Amino acid sequence: MGLFILRRTGVMILTALCLTFIVFFLTNLYPNLEKLAKTQGNFRMTDEAVTSWLNSNGYGQPTAVKYGQWLGVLPGWTLTTDDGETGRCITGVVSADEAADAARFCGILQGEWGFSTRFKDDVASIVWERLGNTGYLMFWVLMLMVPSALIIGVLAGMREGSVTDRSLSTVSILTTATPEYVSGVIFIAVFTSSTVGLKWFKGTATSAMDNPTFENFFLPVLTIALYGMGYIARMTRASMTEVMTAQYIRTARLKGVSFHNIVLKHALRNALIAPFTVIMLQFPWLLNGVVIVETLFNYKGFGWILVEAAGNNDIELLLAISVVSVFVVLVTQLISDIGYVYLNPRIRIS
Amino acid sequence: MNKLAEYDGPILEIDKLSISFFTRLREIPAVMDFSVSVQPGEAVGLVGESGCGKSTVALGVMQDLGTNGRIVGGSIKFKGRDLAEMSAEELRDVRGNEIAMIYQEPMASLNPAMKIGRQLMEVPMIHEGVNEKEAHARALEVVTDVRLPDPERMLNSYPHQLSGGQQQRIVIAMALMSKPSLLILDEPTTALDVTVEAAVVELVKDLGKKYGTSMLFISHNLGLVLETCDRLCVMYSGEAVERGSIADVFDEMQHPYTQALFRSIPLPGADKTARPLVAIPGNFPLPHERPNGCNFGPRCDYFEAGRCDADDIMMSDVPGNDRHATRCLRFQEIDWNAPIQVGEQKEKTKPGKVVLKMDNLKKYYEVAANALFGGGATKVVKANETLSFEARESETLAIVGESGCGKSTFAKVLMGLETATEGAILLDGTNIEQIPIEARDTKTISDVQMVFQNPFDTLNPSMTVGRQIIRALEIFDIGDSDQDRKQRMLELLDLVKLPRAFADRMPRQLSGGQKQRVGIARAFSGGARIVVADEPVSALDVSVQAAVTDLLMEIQREEKTTLLFISHDLSIVRYLSDRVMVMYLGHVVELGDTDQVFSPPYHPYTEALLSAVPIADTSIEKEHIVLEGDIPSAMNPPSGCPFQTRCRWKSEVPAGLCDIEVPPVRQLETGHQIKCHLSDAVLDRMTPVIKVAAE
Amino acid sequence: MDPLSWTGQIAFLNPIIALALGLLVASVLAWVVVSAVLPENRAINDIGGTMTLASGPRDIAALAVRLTTLGTTVLALAYLVLGLALGTDAGILGAMAQQFWPVWTALVLLFTLSIAFKRRLGLYGKLFDSPIGMIGFALVMFWVFTGFFGAIDLIITHDPLSQLSGLKNKVPGTPLRSPEDGDFLWYLLGGDNLARDVFSRMVKGAWEVVKIAPLATIFAFMVGITLGLPAGYFGGRLDTFLSFLANLILAFPVILLFYLLVTPEIVATGLPQYMAAVLFAFPLIFFGVLINSRYRTQPSKNYLWLAIVLLPLLVAYFSLINEDGSKINFIPQAFDLFDIPGGILVVFVSVVFVNSPTVFRIVRGLTMDIKTRDYVAAAQTRGERPWYIMLWEVLPNARGPLIVDFCLRIGYTTILLGTLGFFGLGLPPESPDWGSTINEGRKLLSIYLHPALPPAMALLSLVLGLNLLADGLREESLKD
Repeated sequence: MGLFILRRTGVMILTALCLTFIVFFLTNLYPNLEKLAKTQGNFRMTDEAVTSWLNSNGYGQPTAVKYGQWLGVLPGWTLTTDDGETGRCITGVVSADEAADAARFCGILQGEWGFSTRFKDDVASIVWERLGNTGYLMFWVLMLMVPSALIIGVLAGMREGSVTDRSLSTVSILTTATPEYVSGVIFIAVFTSSTVGLKWFKGTATSAMDNPTFENFFLPVLTIALYGMGYIARMTRASMTEVMTAQYIRTARLKGVSFHNIVLKHALRNALIAPFTVIMLQFPWLLNGVVIVETLFNYKGFGWILVEAAGNNDIELLLAISVVSVFVVLVTQLISDIGYVYLNPRIRIS
Repeated sequence: MNKLAEYDGPILEIDKLSISFFTRLREIPAVMDFSVSVQPGEAVGLVGESGCGKSTVALGVMQDLGTNGRIVGGSIKFKGRDLAEMSAEELRDVRGNEIAMIYQEPMASLNPAMKIGRQLMEVPMIHEGVNEKEAHARALEVVTDVRLPDPERMLNSYPHQLSGGQQQRIVIAMALMSKPSLLILDEPTTALDVTVEAAVVELVKDLGKKYGTSMLFISHNLGLVLETCDRLCVMYSGEAVERGSIADVFDEMQHPYTQALFRSIPLPGADKTARPLVAIPGNFPLPHERPNGCNFGPRCDYFEAGRCDADDIMMSDVPGNDRHATRCLRFQEIDWNAPIQVGEQKEKTKPGKVVLKMDNLKKYYEVAANALFGGGATKVVKANETLSFEARESETLAIVGESGCGKSTFAKVLMGLETATEGAILLDGTNIEQIPIEARDTKTISDVQMVFQNPFDTLNPSMTVGRQIIRALEIFDIGDSDQDRKQRMLELLDLVKLPRAFADRMPRQLSGGQKQRVGIARAFSGGARIVVADEPVSALDVSVQAAVTDLLMEIQREEKTTLLFISHDLSIVRYLSDRVMVMYLGHVVELGDTDQVFSPPYHPYTEALLSAVPIADTSIEKEHIVLEGDIPSAMNPPSGCPFQTRCRWKSEVPAGLCDIEVPPVRQLETGHQIKCHLSDAVLDRMTPVIKVAAE
Repeated sequence: MDPLSWTGQIAFLNPIIALALGLLVASVLAWVVVSAVLPENRAINDIGGTMTLASGPRDIAALAVRLTTLGTTVLALAYLVLGLALGTDAGILGAMAQQFWPVWTALVLLFTLSIAFKRRLGLYGKLFDSPIGMIGFALVMFWVFTGFFGAIDLIITHDPLSQLSGLKNKVPGTPLRSPEDGDFLWYLLGGDNLARDVFSRMVKGAWEVVKIAPLATIFAFMVGITLGLPAGYFGGRLDTFLSFLANLILAFPVILLFYLLVTPEIVATGLPQYMAAVLFAFPLIFFGVLINSRYRTQPSKNYLWLAIVLLPLLVAYFSLINEDGSKINFIPQAFDLFDIPGGILVVFVSVVFVNSPTVFRIVRGLTMDIKTRDYVAAAQTRGERPWYIMLWEVLPNARGPLIVDFCLRIGYTTILLGTLGFFGLGLPPESPDWGSTINEGRKLLSIYLHPALPPAMALLSLVLGLNLLADGLREESLKD
């Protein structure tokens, strides 16, 4: 088991390195850098001016070297000019002595995430703050989505073809067919607009960042949860119907176990193995939903800064965001693997 | 508590039961007008081929027919109470408490995510409301009763940690937890190896006596029913066709189907040249295409038009016998003792020159010690150890062994799907053991072909039959044009006695036997000279088995093919093979002519194997040899002789030699060799396992 | 000109349908409650086996649901038929019903023919045995036909890009202020904030989806199949490597990927074009190997078929990836038959890129399952090459789950396209695709509902249809 986790972690780190390198490569392509130079300098820069700006800010080096520096495994670049020393790990232009005192490595491994050009602030603090907002949102999404999806799935799957099954399956198909930007729009239209006039909820969740209430926070949570819920519920249902037709359920039934106990004691655990993995693998998609919903409801969280960073060519911030999201996704995958092994005695004890 | 005390009539009375399944299109009758009764302490066998409705009867008794199934007529009385009129509550009380059931697939019938102890304890806890401690004690007791080693540890395991035989014992234990008055066994040993099956059957018989349980034993195997039951009921196409005591039905059968069934199974007297099997002509009717009158009519030798196909036929009692009834109008007119009309007797073919020679063939696999978690450690699995034999032209060499004996690995190496680790395979004197199939020339490939076990899997479901044969012809470079190959394909269909119209059919439109015929046609399409038949008939119904076996023999005679017949069924091996090779855990433990292998001296394993095979003949006396335990895993074989863990002769070998050393190959007579430490004196003491009782 | 009301002269039907809908909802609820509360009735038969028509509360509830469903359906049809007959006299609904006449005709034709010949049409025919599948198929085909006929300017009432003065954010049914001859006189579903016709934009948007989503899904399947088969069949290092790649892409948050791929700066580097060159090569590989493995033993036939199939594909391939004035531009203009607008190409590539790893995983799993079958072993023992086994023995037998997933995946691709539009990525800003329209409409959502809701409902119904279709197919394919 220990070895298994170790191997998985190894693969996970390799994946993270590959992914961050891809993001790094894409964000550091020349047109992006050129745009960066022009936004930082001025828009009428000549090509030579752009090149010299890039060189003097360390962007002229090969991508692999830059990646190493960003990661913190290669020493940060330094440049000696007439005014003094400057470099990746040095703020502004300083004298040679001061430069010698500065850290040699300053990448994300050292906790240096860089500086956001969009927010004019330290990347780490921005990401940290926004992540908190989103974490809060996600927590409630999961609290709503997972139990209701499992209950729907189990109820539907326990008697295949019954009325409960058909009605609940219809509901879950409907929710999987409704992406967040559709359900969000419909919810806003129905529950918040003056045209319909129900006005039960608030159309934006901006105020929820400081003071989340049911009124301003429920719709975004519901919007994300609904889309994922149908999918998980259908998985659970499929798994549950399969288990309910298994021979060992018949054995239990013919042992005289009551239906209630068959479902709870015999079927449930076996039926939950598959959906568990699904829930964990939902995270990359949930992130999608987060971005849409945060945009739609104007909730300034992680998804919102993603859009801002990407829209404003904020390279350092974008890199940090991808590191965080890749990390979240990979960790959930790891948990899903471990949980699968734990839930399934056939694999655990072999 | 004794549940028999208050009631002394028949335990189970099924009267004119009819069960149908309802689909959107039509009603499909599965069981019609079926009656049987089970007296206290009696074991009743229910015999029939697949699809005859025998399992439906069992589920009907359990009142568990699913949403589509319904009892449309008749009654099922358990101890005088009609099961169909019980409320769900009452029914739950009966299930598992008074009627228990044992199924075909032990692995599937145990909950994979629940410890065995829990699953056993559940029964008394539900039905008798006992506390956990007592339930645990009871579970321990029953697990000891089913002779499982280390009961405590068993209770603490998950099902997947046990072998198939152990799982089936657990299922039996679970059924016996509440000391039921009726035990329904639905093909309880089909998924098990022969020697394990023998032990389980023995156990069921003993426990049935010990607990005084009545049994309804469902099986397709007449031999097994003979060994376990007091009475039996033969079913055909949803109806009971004959019912009576074992002795009456086996020795004075009164229904043409029963007779045909007995003639199509290879009993010890059968011989492929002198007394060939008689296959039942035609096919099993589909449930919605049953003929008028007698369901067996179209396949019956005694069919009389206008009479047998007029009205529904009722069961009638056979005078003079004990509760013996048959569903045949003509049973009193038929001369049941008339000798079998022997078809054409065939000339026994002489084996020709040696075509295939194996010399010290070894195949080892390296596998990761722990499949999921990976890791560096690997284990060597010795799938084949020093395999040596020769096979001649038009000879049938049977390879006998249970699961894990290495027969499939051997086939793979021969076919070139794997390459040998050591040793040589000579095909016409050329080494082929290191040539993988991609590197073999077309001639070699088409010379060595294979017939597979599972008829439902052997054909590609999305290609027509004709197309699949033509593809084989294309790949074997036969025929110059598409027209040519099409002609050849039709001829091949003729060869395997299938109508030419089948060329355009999809495999799902064919029955199991027909698919197997196509498989044979495909194997012979390139003029194969060596055919490996991997249990080609074991998945087929008894009545079809004979026809397919005969077909194979016939083609072999015509084409002078060398047939390597892999099987675990010694009856059929004795019937058709010229020489027999017995394998156990990768070793050839015995090799010789059929007569040599089937008569003493035996290798101890062969002896046990012979004893384990059920034989459907009341005149046969068998010595009972029950092997302890299961077949060891090939991943972790025992030291010394592979068979030493289960050998009953082990004590006869001095100095514990069996534990230490793999026995050498010993020549007994010409061509007869065994791998055993037993001295000649001990071997000479062996007596035949199967004896025909003196007439 | 008066503004149109929703139902015009057929307004008398409104209370009836409201009543019917209310009853339907009530009966469904009653049904659910009854079947949840009452215990499952055990079928106790009277001897003789006659099945009497049971009349418990369950059956009554079921009957009620059936009746109210029937009633509501009949009423809905009445709206449709009356609308077709009366046109604008039957209000906005009537006018829309009339505008959609080519779609109705096509649907009726398609369904009549299909049902008439359903026994001869294999799995497609069996679809018409499943009500769920039929509803789904009808929804899907409705939008497919709408897309086609919309593309040839049949259904739309106005040019989806032209702005008419005075119609900015006007409610549905608003008449044009100064109609010219031949103009349709109303904005059926109102005007958006640039005074364009919402109805026509919705109809045109269907075409955007219909032309991209299925094609992109087919490409994703080609990639997934071509890589998934060998990964599942051979296993080992190849499998480890390909699975790692697939997981890599799957671990990427889709939005981030889109933002990284679809920005103009990245497009300028030519990266999407290189990706297109790789991804679009897979159909070529797929068909090449498919034919070659089949006719390996008959060279003359082999070359003939290869030529017939691969030459047109090659021309299409080079035309597709080659674009004047971009990074890939090495083919003479004469051979470059067509160009894909840059934005569409990028969208296309990224959607294929995101979808293929999932297809890969499905195909890989199915292959690993099917390769243990005896017929695969039979093919091996007669010396078939691996690619023949993969493409002709394994793939056809994996078709059931793949067809079902194909339907689901088109739905998913539709959602992805919407997402791209919603973030304004890739597609041109004035594009009438549903995602972009929803995005524009949402900004004023709390005041004006009508610009955002029609495309939202359209997208919802199409994806729902695809899901139902997949469900029906799954059910029917399991019945074999």
